Amino acid sequence: MKKQIHDRRGFLQKSALATLTALVGTDVVFADQIPQYHTPLAFDNDPLKGKIPDMKVLGDKPWNVEAPIHQLDDAVTPVEKMFVRNNGLIPSEPINPDTWTLTIKGESVKATKTYTLNDLKKRFQPHTYQLVLECGGNGRSGFEPQTTGNPWDQGAVSCAEWTGVRLKDILADVGLKEDAVYIGYYGKDPHLSQDPTKVSISRGVPIKKALEAETLIAWAVNGKDIPLVHGYPLRLVIGGWPASVSGKWLHTIAVRNKVHDGAKMEGHSYRMPIRPVQPGEKIAETPENFRIIESMPVKSLITYPKTGAMFELKKPLALRGHAWAGDRMVADVHTSIDYGATWQKAKLQPPKNRLAWQQWSTEITFPQAGYYEVWVRATDSSGATQPMVIPQWNPGGYLNNACHRIAVKALV
Amino acid sequence: MMKAVKLMVFIGAVLIGASSFRVQNSEANVYTVGNQMIDTLKIDTESGLVADANLMMVKSQCTACHSSKLILQHRFTRAGWLDRIRWMQKYHKLWDLGESEKVVLDYLEKYYGPSAIDSKATFRRASLNDIQWYKLNQ
Repeated sequence: MKKQIHDRRGFLQKSALATLTALVGTDVVFADQIPQYHTPLAFDNDPLKGKIPDMKVLGDKPWNVEAPIHQLDDAVTPVEKMFVRNNGLIPSEPINPDTWTLTIKGESVKATKTYTLNDLKKRFQPHTYQLVLECGGNGRSGFEPQTTGNPWDQGAVSCAEWTGVRLKDILADVGLKEDAVYIGYYGKDPHLSQDPTKVSISRGVPIKKALEAETLIAWAVNGKDIPLVHGYPLRLVIGGWPASVSGKWLHTIAVRNKVHDGAKMEGHSYRMPIRPVQPGEKIAETPENFRIIESMPVKSLITYPKTGAMFELKKPLALRGHAWAGDRMVADVHTSIDYGATWQKAKLQPPKNRLAWQQWSTEITFPQAGYYEVWVRATDSSGATQPMVIPQWNPGGYLNNACHRIAVKALV
Repeated sequence: MMKAVKLMVFIGAVLIGASSFRVQNSEANVYTVGNQMIDTLKIDTESGLVADANLMMVKSQCTACHSSKLILQHRFTRAGWLDRIRWMQKYHKLWDLGESEKVVLDYLEKYYGPSAIDSKATFRRASLNDIQWYKLNQ
């Protein structure tokens, strides 16, 4: 067992403090006031090691990192370009995949059952899907007045290829009661306060979504082990909904007979006001006022060219990107170079599978030299489209699906 | 022994005097022109936070648990910052700040409050800016 740096009551051990002092190279100011269970940041893992250098770091405690939009050009997002959204700390205890287990428990299972990771791989049919994971707060920086939460630009989205077993196959093996309503996950990420009795995040989805074919208990992404920062060795992966339902470092799933009440299910976390509010308006954070976000809204990005492109007027400009629509399909993608006065239809490919993003492309010939903005707008299979302005303000700053745009200059 | 104590008291008094003088100095800078403010203040290199006499207090109460970026990325009113403290106390085990609460709020309100210049999204879509132009290979 790894030597603990805290004593039984959660205070830093003297020896650990000496190690820390050596690491930091100076006396740790206020060391006697370090809160219970708190481990200084020097012990945290660095999730930027496996990332491209121009990822944008919004925070390092917890780690929150997004991709520049032009780096999301791949149809299948490589892990080095995947955004990171953590609520707690990255597990620092060594992880042994051979002893890792998944426990299915809760009010609505016939009996609690535990599987090793190897059981899961051997006993169930593996499946691979490309799944869009997007932070519920992606685009939050566009809201005014500013809301709480990470001020994401629009790069907190990925569509990677996940491999694992269907949650529904596992739940069928466990046996569910009639009254199952919701699932909730539990992972090994320590709470920021490092108090072992606190849970950093424990969210979930209604049983109907949990039983979809694409809802995976995954151990691989893009054909390799999931990197530590993305949930090694086991992750719940649910496409099309806020990525916070895709629990990392997964060890337990509870099948609940009521809406799951774990950490970050409460207040205005991942919730929208039921009645539209005026920007900046405060309303009581009660279930009567807020509904849980389910499917993400329709959205699209221009991933090529990178904004700022100067090109020759006489050649048409080739553009491309992705579009996605939560639980739905994307029906159409249009671009505009006149601020939405006219729209031109782009070519759109079908998704690789349900809940994957779709590739669009187009070529635009510009009428004369000068400054232009290229705007992109996707429409989903229900006819809902992206607003050009910032949509409904909400206290958590969620679901900004306003059109993406880039600046270009046509040169003579 | 008595001499040493007296000397300590004297040094302490000088330090307190000097630091309060520095606070006044930086206040004079704060109320200059809008976004010039941050340029004229000392920034703590480790955290990126404004370095004034209360920085260590803010560090021990706030960034002991979370990144200083959670402060740096936001501009809230005093009431807004107090809301965040109450929220962390309710859900994230933040302790009772006691008398430090006023000091922390004074600091946050002073340096990280909203101002017209900071709010970049005055329009429902602001102009694109900071564009880095480059020649596209076609």
